[in-house]
Amino acid sequence: MLSARLEARRGRFQLSLSLEVPVGPTAIIGPNGAGKTTALLAILGALPDVEGNLTVDGTPLLDSARRLEVPVEDRRIAYVPQDYGLFPHLSVLDNVAFGLHHLAPDDRGERVAGALDRLGVRHLQERLPGSLSGGERQRVALARALAMRPRAVLLDEPLAALDKPTRLRVRDFLAQHLRSLAVPALVVTHDASDVIALGGPLVVLESGQVAQTGPLGAVHEAPATEFGQAFWR
Amino acid sequence: MSPRIDRPRRLLPLVPLLGAGILVVFLTLPLVALVLSSGWRETVAGLRHPLAVSALWLSFITTGSSLLLVVVLGTPLAWFLARHPGRFTDALATLLQLPIVVPPAVSGLALLLAFGRRGLLGPWLEGFGVSLPFTTAAVVLAEVFVSAPFYVQAAASAFRRLDPALLLVARSLGAGPTRSFFRVALPLSAPGLAAGAAMGWSRALGEFGATLMFAGNLAGRTQTLPLAIYTAMETDLRPAKAMSVLLLVVALGLLLAVGQSTRGLVARGDAERAA
Repeated sequence: MLSARLEARRGRFQLSLSLEVPVGPTAIIGPNGAGKTTALLAILGALPDVEGNLTVDGTPLLDSARRLEVPVEDRRIAYVPQDYGLFPHLSVLDNVAFGLHHLAPDDRGERVAGALDRLGVRHLQERLPGSLSGGERQRVALARALAMRPRAVLLDEPLAALDKPTRLRVRDFLAQHLRSLAVPALVVTHDASDVIALGGPLVVLESGQVAQTGPLGAVHEAPATEFGQAFWR
Repeated sequence: MSPRIDRPRRLLPLVPLLGAGILVVFLTLPLVALVLSSGWRETVAGLRHPLAVSALWLSFITTGSSLLLVVVLGTPLAWFLARHPGRFTDALATLLQLPIVVPPAVSGLALLLAFGRRGLLGPWLEGFGVSLPFTTAAVVLAEVFVSAPFYVQAAASAFRRLDPALLLVARSLGAGPTRSFFRVALPLSAPGLAAGAAMGWSRALGEFGATLMFAGNLAGRTQTLPLAIYTAMETDLRPAKAMSVLLLVVALGLLLAVGQSTRGLVARGDAERAA
Protein backbone atom coordinates (compact mmCIF):
# COMPACT_ATOMS: atom_id res chain seq x y z
CA MET A 1 0.00 0.00 0.00
CA LEU A 2 1.22 3.44 -0.99
CA SER A 3 -0.47 6.29 0.80
CA ALA A 4 0.17 9.87 -0.15
CA ARG A 5 -1.10 13.18 1.14
CA LEU A 6 0.94 15.72 -0.77
CA GLU A 7 0.80 19.43 -1.44
CA ALA A 8 3.00 21.03 -4.06
CA ARG A 9 3.02 24.27 -5.97
CA ARG A 10 4.43 24.86 -9.42
CA GLY A 11 3.85 28.42 -10.53
CA ARG A 12 0.07 28.89 -10.48
CA PHE A 13 -0.63 25.18 -10.37
CA GLN A 14 -1.50 23.69 -7.02
CA LEU A 15 -1.34 19.95 -6.46
CA SER A 16 -3.30 18.59 -3.50
CA LEU A 17 -3.00 14.86 -3.73
CA SER A 18 -4.66 12.42 -1.39
CA LEU A 19 -4.28 8.82 -2.46
CA GLU A 20 -4.29 5.24 -1.24
CA VAL A 21 -2.78 2.91 -3.83
CA PRO A 22 -3.10 -0.85 -3.19
CA VAL A 23 -0.74 -3.48 -4.56
CA GLY A 24 -1.17 -3.99 -8.32
CA PRO A 25 -1.92 -1.51 -11.09
CA THR A 26 -3.95 1.62 -10.42
CA ALA A 27 -4.77 3.90 -13.35
CA ILE A 28 -4.62 7.69 -13.11
CA ILE A 29 -6.76 9.54 -15.63
CA GLY A 30 -7.62 13.19 -15.99
CA PRO A 31 -7.81 16.01 -18.53
CA ASN A 32 -4.68 17.65 -19.92
CA GLY A 33 -3.05 19.82 -17.30
CA ALA A 34 -4.77 18.02 -14.43
CA GLY A 35 -1.37 17.32 -12.90
CA LYS A 36 -1.01 13.60 -13.61
CA THR A 37 2.74 13.75 -14.34
CA THR A 38 3.22 16.27 -11.52
CA ALA A 39 1.56 13.81 -9.15
CA LEU A 40 4.00 11.07 -10.18
CA LEU A 41 6.98 13.43 -9.79
CA ALA A 42 5.78 14.50 -6.34
CA ILE A 43 5.59 10.88 -5.21
CA LEU A 44 8.98 10.16 -6.78
CA GLY A 45 10.52 13.04 -4.83
CA ALA A 46 11.56 14.95 -7.94
CA LEU A 47 9.72 18.18 -7.15
CA PRO A 48 11.03 20.89 -4.86
CA ASP A 49 9.00 22.00 -1.85
CA VAL A 50 6.53 19.15 -1.53
CA GLU A 51 4.71 19.10 1.82
CA GLY A 52 2.77 16.30 3.43
CA ASN A 53 3.11 12.58 4.03
CA LEU A 54 4.13 9.65 1.92
CA THR A 55 4.51 6.08 3.10
CA VAL A 56 4.99 2.90 1.12
CA ASP A 57 4.32 -0.34 2.99
CA GLY A 58 4.57 1.56 6.22
CA THR A 59 7.98 3.03 5.39
CA PRO A 60 7.81 6.82 5.63
CA LEU A 61 9.43 8.55 2.62
CA LEU A 62 8.14 12.02 3.34
CA ASP A 63 6.88 13.49 6.58
CA SER A 64 6.98 17.27 6.58
CA ALA A 65 5.93 17.52 10.21
CA ARG A 66 8.99 15.50 11.20
CA ARG A 67 11.13 17.14 8.53
CA LEU A 68 11.77 13.81 6.92
CA GLU A 69 12.35 13.79 3.18
CA VAL A 70 14.02 10.75 1.62
CA PRO A 71 15.82 11.79 -1.60
CA VAL A 72 14.81 10.29 -4.97
CA GLU A 73 17.77 7.92 -5.08
CA ASP A 74 16.90 6.38 -1.71
CA ARG A 75 13.13 5.98 -2.21
CA ARG A 76 13.36 2.80 -4.28
CA ILE A 77 10.43 3.92 -6.38
CA ALA A 78 10.81 2.91 -10.03
CA TYR A 79 9.91 5.58 -12.55
CA VAL A 80 9.20 4.87 -16.21
CA PRO A 81 8.73 8.14 -18.16
CA GLN A 82 6.68 8.46 -21.34
CA ASP A 83 9.40 7.40 -23.76
CA TYR A 84 10.75 4.85 -21.25
CA GLY A 85 13.93 6.75 -20.40
CA LEU A 86 16.36 4.05 -21.50
CA PHE A 87 19.97 5.27 -21.46
CA PRO A 88 20.83 5.46 -25.17
CA HIS A 89 24.58 4.94 -24.63
CA LEU A 90 24.21 1.76 -22.57
CA SER A 91 23.31 -1.71 -23.78
CA VAL A 92 20.10 -3.35 -22.64
CA LEU A 93 22.16 -5.34 -20.13
CA ASP A 94 23.84 -2.23 -18.70
CA ASN A 95 20.52 -0.40 -18.60
CA VAL A 96 18.97 -3.15 -16.51
CA ALA A 97 22.07 -3.40 -14.30
CA PHE A 98 22.22 0.38 -13.77
CA GLY A 99 20.34 0.38 -10.49
CA LEU A 100 22.28 -2.57 -9.05
CA HIS A 101 25.77 -1.13 -8.63
CA HIS A 102 25.62 -1.72 -4.89
CA LEU A 103 25.38 -5.52 -5.38
CA ALA A 104 28.27 -7.95 -5.70
CA PRO A 105 28.92 -8.82 -9.37
CA ASP A 106 27.49 -12.35 -9.03
CA ASP A 107 24.28 -11.21 -7.39
CA ARG A 108 24.00 -8.42 -9.90
CA GLY A 109 24.37 -10.80 -12.85
CA GLU A 110 21.75 -13.10 -11.40
CA ARG A 111 19.30 -10.30 -10.76
CA VAL A 112 19.77 -8.85 -14.25
CA ALA A 113 19.39 -12.24 -15.93
CA GLY A 114 16.27 -12.94 -13.91
CA ALA A 115 14.67 -9.63 -14.91
CA LEU A 116 15.62 -10.05 -18.57
CA ASP A 117 14.18 -13.56 -18.62
CA ARG A 118 11.01 -12.58 -16.88
CA LEU A 119 10.28 -9.87 -19.45
CA GLY A 120 11.48 -12.06 -22.33
CA VAL A 121 14.24 -9.72 -23.49
CA ARG A 122 17.35 -11.78 -22.68
CA HIS A 123 18.14 -12.11 -26.39
CA LEU A 124 18.34 -8.30 -26.68
CA GLN A 125 20.91 -7.83 -23.92
CA GLU A 126 23.77 -6.71 -26.15
CA ARG A 127 21.65 -4.28 -28.14
CA LEU A 128 21.48 -0.50 -27.74
CA PRO A 129 18.05 0.99 -27.00
CA GLY A 130 18.09 2.91 -30.31
CA SER A 131 17.81 -0.36 -32.23
CA LEU A 132 14.77 -1.67 -30.31
CA SER A 133 11.10 -1.47 -31.25
CA GLY A 134 8.68 0.42 -29.02
CA GLY A 135 7.33 -2.75 -27.45
CA GLU A 136 10.85 -4.05 -26.78
CA ARG A 137 11.83 -0.78 -25.17
CA GLN A 138 8.90 -0.96 -22.85
CA ARG A 139 9.86 -4.47 -21.81
CA VAL A 140 13.44 -3.42 -21.15
CA ALA A 141 12.24 -0.45 -19.10
CA LEU A 142 10.03 -2.78 -17.08
CA ALA A 143 12.90 -5.24 -16.62
CA ARG A 144 15.08 -2.39 -15.35
CA ALA A 145 12.36 -1.28 -12.94
CA LEU A 146 11.77 -4.82 -11.76
CA ALA A 147 15.48 -5.58 -11.26
CA MET A 148 15.79 -2.88 -8.61
CA ARG A 149 13.02 -4.59 -6.55
CA PRO A 150 11.11 -1.36 -6.13
CA ARG A 151 8.72 -0.46 -3.33
CA ALA A 152 6.39 1.03 -5.92
CA VAL A 153 6.30 1.69 -9.66
CA LEU A 154 5.25 4.88 -11.45
CA LEU A 155 4.53 4.71 -15.19
CA ASP A 156 3.77 7.83 -17.21
CA GLU A 157 1.66 6.94 -20.25
CA PRO A 158 3.51 3.69 -20.89
CA LEU A 159 1.40 2.92 -23.96
CA ALA A 160 1.19 6.34 -25.58
CA ALA A 161 4.37 5.96 -27.65
CA LEU A 162 3.22 2.72 -29.28
CA ASP A 163 1.29 2.22 -32.51
CA LYS A 164 -2.16 0.67 -32.24
CA PRO A 165 -1.36 -3.02 -32.99
CA THR A 166 1.68 -3.00 -30.68
CA ARG A 167 -0.32 -1.21 -28.05
CA LEU A 168 -2.98 -3.89 -27.97
CA ARG A 169 -0.39 -6.64 -27.78
CA VAL A 170 1.70 -4.95 -25.09
CA ARG A 171 -1.20 -3.83 -22.93
CA ASP A 172 -2.19 -7.18 -21.50
CA PHE A 173 1.45 -8.08 -21.02
CA LEU A 174 1.96 -4.85 -19.04
CA ALA A 175 -1.15 -5.39 -16.92
CA GLN A 176 -0.16 -8.97 -16.14
CA HIS A 177 3.38 -7.96 -15.14
CA LEU A 178 2.27 -5.07 -12.98
CA ARG A 179 -0.01 -7.49 -11.13
CA SER A 180 2.77 -10.03 -10.67
CA LEU A 181 5.19 -7.36 -9.33
CA ALA A 182 3.11 -7.26 -6.16
CA VAL A 183 3.87 -3.59 -5.41
CA PRO A 184 1.67 -0.51 -5.84
CA ALA A 185 1.87 0.60 -9.48
CA LEU A 186 0.48 3.95 -10.63
CA VAL A 187 -0.15 4.15 -14.37
CA VAL A 188 -1.00 7.45 -16.05
CA THR A 189 -3.12 6.94 -19.16
CA HIS A 190 -5.71 8.79 -21.22
CA ASP A 191 -7.22 5.79 -22.94
CA ALA A 192 -10.37 4.14 -21.58
CA SER A 193 -9.53 0.74 -23.04
CA ASP A 194 -6.10 0.87 -21.34
CA VAL A 195 -7.82 1.49 -18.02
CA ILE A 196 -10.09 -1.50 -18.56
CA ALA A 197 -7.15 -3.71 -19.57
CA LEU A 198 -5.24 -2.71 -16.42
CA GLY A 199 -8.33 -3.75 -14.50
CA GLY A 200 -7.30 -2.19 -11.19
CA PRO A 201 -8.74 0.73 -9.28
CA LEU A 202 -8.98 4.14 -10.86
CA VAL A 203 -8.05 7.65 -9.78
CA VAL A 204 -9.60 10.62 -11.57
CA LEU A 205 -7.41 13.69 -11.19
CA GLU A 206 -8.75 17.15 -12.05
CA SER A 207 -7.08 20.53 -11.44
CA GLY A 208 -4.51 18.96 -9.19
CA GLN A 209 -7.01 17.17 -6.95
CA VAL A 210 -8.48 13.69 -6.77
CA ALA A 211 -12.00 14.14 -8.15
CA GLN A 212 -13.01 10.50 -7.79
CA THR A 213 -11.39 7.23 -6.87
CA GLY A 214 -12.52 3.67 -6.45
CA PRO A 215 -12.69 0.26 -8.11
CA LEU A 216 -12.89 0.35 -11.90
CA GLY A 217 -16.53 -0.88 -11.97
CA ALA A 218 -17.77 1.72 -9.50
CA VAL A 219 -16.10 4.68 -11.23
CA HIS A 220 -17.23 3.38 -14.59
CA GLU A 221 -20.86 2.97 -13.45
CA ALA A 222 -21.16 6.33 -11.74
CA PRO A 223 -18.66 8.88 -12.98
CA ALA A 224 -18.68 11.85 -10.63
CA THR A 225 -17.51 14.56 -13.02
CA GLU A 226 -18.11 15.74 -16.57
CA PHE A 227 -14.67 14.55 -17.56
CA GLY A 228 -15.43 11.17 -16.02
CA GLN A 229 -18.63 10.86 -18.01
CA ALA A 230 -16.99 11.85 -21.29
CA PHE A 231 -14.02 9.53 -20.70
CA TRP A 232 -15.90 6.31 -21.34
CA ARG A 233 -17.60 7.48 -24.53
CA MET B 1 6.19 37.36 -74.16
CA SER B 2 7.58 34.90 -71.70
CA PRO B 3 11.31 35.55 -72.34
CA ARG B 4 10.91 39.00 -70.82
CA ILE B 5 9.87 37.43 -67.57
CA ASP B 6 12.50 34.74 -67.81
CA ARG B 7 15.52 36.95 -68.32
CA PRO B 8 15.63 38.73 -64.93
CA ARG B 9 14.93 35.41 -63.27
CA ARG B 10 17.99 33.88 -64.81
CA LEU B 11 20.14 36.92 -64.19
CA LEU B 12 19.16 37.48 -60.61
CA PRO B 13 20.98 34.51 -58.99
CA LEU B 14 24.18 35.54 -60.77
CA VAL B 15 24.65 38.64 -58.59
CA PRO B 16 24.72 36.92 -55.18
CA LEU B 17 26.64 34.06 -56.75
CA LEU B 18 29.34 36.46 -57.90
CA GLY B 19 29.46 38.02 -54.44
CA ALA B 20 29.73 34.61 -52.83
CA GLY B 21 32.49 33.63 -55.25
CA ILE B 22 34.51 36.74 -54.44
CA LEU B 23 34.29 36.02 -50.72
CA VAL B 24 35.26 32.38 -51.14
CA VAL B 25 38.35 33.39 -53.14
CA PHE B 26 39.20 36.12 -50.63
CA LEU B 27 38.96 33.71 -47.68
CA THR B 28 40.95 30.90 -49.22
CA LEU B 29 43.58 32.76 -51.27
CA PRO B 30 45.78 33.83 -48.30
CA LEU B 31 45.78 30.29 -46.97
CA VAL B 32 46.65 28.90 -50.39
CA ALA B 33 49.44 31.49 -50.68
CA LEU B 34 50.78 30.39 -47.29
CA VAL B 35 50.82 26.74 -48.26
CA LEU B 36 52.33 27.43 -51.70
CA SER B 37 55.03 29.69 -50.28
CA SER B 38 56.89 26.93 -48.51
CA GLY B 39 57.55 23.41 -49.67
CA TRP B 40 57.49 20.34 -47.48
CA ARG B 41 61.25 20.35 -46.95
CA GLU B 42 61.37 24.05 -46.19
CA THR B 43 58.56 23.69 -43.66
CA VAL B 44 60.36 20.88 -41.85
CA ALA B 45 63.58 22.91 -41.83
CA GLY B 46 61.71 25.98 -40.58
CA LEU B 47 60.25 24.00 -37.70
CA ARG B 48 63.77 22.93 -36.69
CA HIS B 49 64.74 26.57 -36.21
CA PRO B 50 65.54 27.20 -32.49
CA LEU B 51 62.85 29.86 -32.30
CA ALA B 52 60.25 27.41 -33.60
CA VAL B 53 61.38 24.48 -31.46
CA SER B 54 61.07 26.35 -28.18
CA ALA B 55 57.79 28.04 -29.20
CA LEU B 56 56.33 24.71 -30.27
CA TRP B 57 57.20 23.13 -26.96
CA LEU B 58 55.95 26.13 -24.97
CA SER B 59 52.66 26.25 -26.89
CA PHE B 60 52.19 22.53 -26.33
CA ILE B 61 52.79 22.84 -22.56
CA THR B 62 50.76 26.02 -22.00
CA THR B 63 47.75 25.11 -24.12
CA GLY B 64 47.74 21.63 -22.58
CA SER B 65 47.70 23.15 -19.09
CA SER B 66 45.11 25.76 -19.96
CA LEU B 67 42.89 23.14 -21.59
CA LEU B 68 43.13 20.97 -18.48
CA LEU B 69 42.22 23.92 -16.25
CA VAL B 70 39.37 24.97 -18.52
CA VAL B 71 37.87 21.47 -18.62
CA VAL B 72 38.30 20.75 -14.90
CA LEU B 73 36.90 24.10 -13.78
CA GLY B 74 34.59 24.77 -16.71
CA THR B 75 32.64 21.50 -16.66
CA PRO B 76 31.09 22.01 -13.21
CA LEU B 77 30.39 25.64 -14.09
CA ALA B 78 28.66 24.63 -17.34
CA TRP B 79 26.66 22.01 -15.44
CA PHE B 80 25.55 24.62 -12.92
CA LEU B 81 24.53 27.05 -15.68
CA ALA B 82 22.58 24.37 -17.53
CA ARG B 83 20.83 22.95 -14.47
CA HIS B 84 19.77 26.23 -12.87
CA PRO B 85 18.08 28.30 -15.55
CA GLY B 86 16.97 31.71 -14.34
CA ARG B 87 17.73 35.39 -14.46
CA PHE B 88 20.86 35.10 -12.34
CA THR B 89 22.43 32.31 -14.37
CA ASP B 90 21.44 34.02 -17.65
CA ALA B 91 23.22 37.17 -16.50
CA LEU B 92 26.21 35.13 -15.34
CA ALA B 93 26.36 33.24 -18.65
CA THR B 94 26.33 36.52 -20.58
CA LEU B 95 29.05 37.97 -18.38
CA LEU B 96 31.18 34.87 -18.90
CA GLN B 97 30.92 35.31 -22.68
CA LEU B 98 32.58 38.72 -22.49
CA PRO B 99 36.15 37.50 -23.14
CA ILE B 100 34.96 36.25 -26.55
CA VAL B 101 33.99 39.72 -27.73
CA VAL B 102 36.48 41.85 -25.78
CA PRO B 103 39.56 42.70 -27.89
CA PRO B 104 42.54 40.55 -26.78
CA ALA B 105 44.62 43.63 -25.99
CA VAL B 106 41.91 44.75 -23.57
CA SER B 107 41.92 41.28 -21.99
CA GLY B 108 45.70 41.52 -21.57
CA LEU B 109 45.48 44.90 -19.89
CA ALA B 110 42.62 43.70 -17.66
CA LEU B 111 44.67 40.66 -16.62
CA LEU B 112 47.59 42.95 -15.75
CA LEU B 113 45.33 45.20 -13.69
CA ALA B 114 43.99 42.17 -11.81
CA PHE B 115 47.08 40.01 -11.34
CA GLY B 116 49.94 42.41 -12.12
CA ARG B 117 52.36 43.46 -9.40
CA ARG B 118 50.38 46.62 -8.79
CA GLY B 119 47.07 45.05 -9.75
CA LEU B 120 44.10 44.15 -7.57
CA LEU B 121 45.52 40.85 -6.34
CA GLY B 122 49.18 41.67 -7.03
CA PRO B 123 50.25 42.69 -3.51
CA TRP B 124 48.36 39.76 -1.99
CA LEU B 125 50.03 37.32 -4.41
CA GLU B 126 53.40 38.93 -3.67
CA GLY B 127 52.82 38.07 -0.01
CA PHE B 128 53.07 34.43 -1.07
CA GLY B 129 56.13 35.18 -3.17
CA VAL B 130 54.13 34.85 -6.39
CA SER B 131 54.63 37.27 -9.24
CA LEU B 132 52.65 36.31 -12.30
CA PRO B 133 53.34 38.78 -15.11
CA PHE B 134 55.94 37.76 -17.68
CA THR B 135 55.98 34.13 -16.57
CA THR B 136 54.84 30.94 -18.27
CA ALA B 137 52.00 30.81 -15.74
CA ALA B 138 50.81 34.17 -17.09
CA VAL B 139 50.66 32.64 -20.58
CA VAL B 140 48.47 29.85 -19.22
CA LEU B 141 46.20 32.35 -17.45
CA ALA B 142 45.82 34.44 -20.61
CA GLU B 143 44.93 31.30 -22.55
CA VAL B 144 42.41 30.23 -19.94
CA PHE B 145 40.88 33.70 -19.98
CA VAL B 146 40.27 33.72 -23.71
CA SER B 147 39.40 30.05 -24.24
CA ALA B 148 37.25 29.13 -21.23
CA PRO B 149 34.15 30.96 -22.52
CA PHE B 150 34.13 28.82 -25.68
CA TYR B 151 34.25 25.61 -23.69
CA VAL B 152 31.77 26.68 -21.03
CA GLN B 153 29.28 27.83 -23.66
CA ALA B 154 29.54 24.59 -25.65
CA ALA B 155 29.44 22.39 -22.53
CA ALA B 156 26.44 24.21 -21.07
CA SER B 157 24.50 23.88 -24.30
CA ALA B 158 25.39 20.18 -24.49
CA PHE B 159 24.12 19.73 -20.92
CA ARG B 160 20.94 21.67 -21.74
CA ARG B 161 20.20 19.26 -24.58
CA LEU B 162 20.11 16.32 -22.15
CA ASP B 163 16.69 14.77 -21.60
CA PRO B 164 15.89 15.62 -17.96
CA ALA B 165 13.80 12.44 -17.71
CA LEU B 166 17.00 10.39 -18.14
CA LEU B 167 18.64 12.07 -15.15
CA LEU B 168 15.51 11.53 -13.12
CA VAL B 169 15.38 7.86 -14.09
CA ALA B 170 19.04 7.51 -13.09
CA ARG B 171 18.28 8.94 -9.68
CA SER B 172 15.17 6.81 -9.24
CA LEU B 173 17.43 3.82 -9.91
CA GLY B 174 19.47 4.74 -6.86
CA ALA B 175 22.20 6.81 -8.49
CA GLY B 176 23.05 9.92 -6.49
CA PRO B 177 23.86 13.19 -8.26
CA THR B 178 27.53 12.23 -8.74
CA ARG B 179 26.84 8.83 -10.28
CA SER B 180 24.04 10.24 -12.43
CA PHE B 181 26.46 12.86 -13.72
CA PHE B 182 29.35 10.53 -14.52
CA ARG B 183 27.33 7.58 -15.84
CA VAL B 184 24.58 9.42 -17.73
CA ALA B 185 25.08 13.16 -18.21
CA LEU B 186 28.78 13.11 -19.04
CA PRO B 187 28.83 10.27 -21.60
CA LEU B 188 25.72 11.61 -23.35
CA SER B 189 27.20 15.12 -23.56
CA ALA B 190 30.72 13.97 -24.46
CA PRO B 191 30.56 14.93 -28.17
CA GLY B 192 29.45 18.46 -27.26
CA LEU B 193 32.12 18.75 -24.57
CA ALA B 194 34.81 17.51 -26.97
CA ALA B 195 33.75 20.02 -29.61
CA GLY B 196 33.86 22.78 -26.98
CA ALA B 197 37.29 21.65 -25.79
CA ALA B 198 38.58 21.65 -29.37
CA MET B 199 37.26 25.16 -30.00
CA GLY B 200 38.71 26.37 -26.72
CA TRP B 201 42.05 24.75 -27.39
CA SER B 202 42.34 26.27 -30.86
CA ARG B 203 41.52 29.69 -29.41
CA ALA B 204 44.25 29.21 -26.78
CA LEU B 205 46.71 28.03 -29.40
CA GLY B 206 46.13 31.20 -31.43
CA GLU B 207 46.24 33.52 -28.40
CA PHE B 208 48.42 36.54 -29.16
CA GLY B 209 47.26 39.92 -27.84
CA ALA B 210 46.49 39.10 -24.23
CA THR B 211 49.65 36.98 -23.93
CA LEU B 212 51.81 39.79 -25.32
CA MET B 213 50.34 42.32 -22.89
CA PHE B 214 50.24 40.14 -19.78
CA ALA B 215 53.12 37.71 -20.29
CA GLY B 216 55.37 39.49 -22.73
CA ASN B 217 57.41 37.96 -25.52
CA LEU B 218 60.29 36.13 -23.84
CA ALA B 219 61.81 33.26 -25.84
CA GLY B 220 61.48 29.95 -24.01
CA ARG B 221 59.27 31.42 -21.28
CA THR B 222 56.33 33.24 -22.78
CA GLN B 223 56.96 33.14 -26.51
CA THR B 224 54.28 30.82 -27.85
CA LEU B 225 53.84 29.98 -31.55
CA PRO B 226 51.87 33.12 -32.54
CA LEU B 227 54.39 35.35 -30.76
CA ALA B 228 57.28 33.44 -32.32
CA ILE B 229 55.74 33.92 -35.77
CA TYR B 230 55.49 37.64 -35.10
CA THR B 231 59.10 37.75 -33.88
CA ALA B 232 60.47 35.65 -36.74
CA MET B 233 58.80 37.95 -39.29
CA GLU B 234 61.37 40.61 -38.40
CA THR B 235 64.41 38.45 -39.04
CA ASP B 236 63.79 35.22 -40.93
CA LEU B 237 60.52 34.51 -42.75
CA ARG B 238 61.15 30.76 -43.11
CA PRO B 239 60.40 29.65 -39.55
CA ALA B 240 57.45 32.07 -39.51
CA LYS B 241 56.01 30.40 -42.60
CA ALA B 242 56.72 26.92 -41.26
CA MET B 243 55.00 27.61 -37.92
CA SER B 244 52.07 29.21 -39.73
CA VAL B 245 51.64 26.18 -41.98
CA LEU B 246 51.75 23.96 -38.91
CA LEU B 247 49.07 26.00 -37.13
CA LEU B 248 46.98 25.93 -40.29
CA VAL B 249 47.20 22.16 -40.53
CA VAL B 250 46.33 21.76 -36.84
CA ALA B 251 43.37 24.12 -37.23
CA LEU B 252 42.11 22.21 -40.26
CA GLY B 253 42.41 18.92 -38.39
CA LEU B 254 40.47 20.37 -35.46
CA LEU B 255 37.72 21.66 -37.70
CA LEU B 256 37.35 18.27 -39.35
CA ALA B 257 37.31 16.52 -35.96
CA VAL B 258 34.73 18.92 -34.53
CA GLY B 259 32.60 18.57 -37.65
CA GLN B 260 32.80 14.80 -37.31
CA SER B 261 31.80 14.79 -33.67
CA THR B 262 28.90 17.24 -34.11
CA ARG B 263 27.68 15.30 -37.15
CA GLY B 264 27.71 12.18 -34.99
CA LEU B 265 25.78 14.10 -32.35
CA VAL B 266 23.16 15.26 -34.83
CA ALA B 267 22.86 11.81 -36.39
CA ARG B 268 22.35 10.24 -32.98
CA GLY B 269 19.76 12.84 -32.04
CA ASP B 270 17.89 12.15 -35.29
CA ALA B 271 17.98 8.42 -34.69
CA GLU B 272 16.58 8.91 -31.18
CA ARG B 273 13.79 11.12 -32.40
CA ALA B 274 12.94 8.76 -35.25
CA ALA B 275 12.81 5.72 -32.98
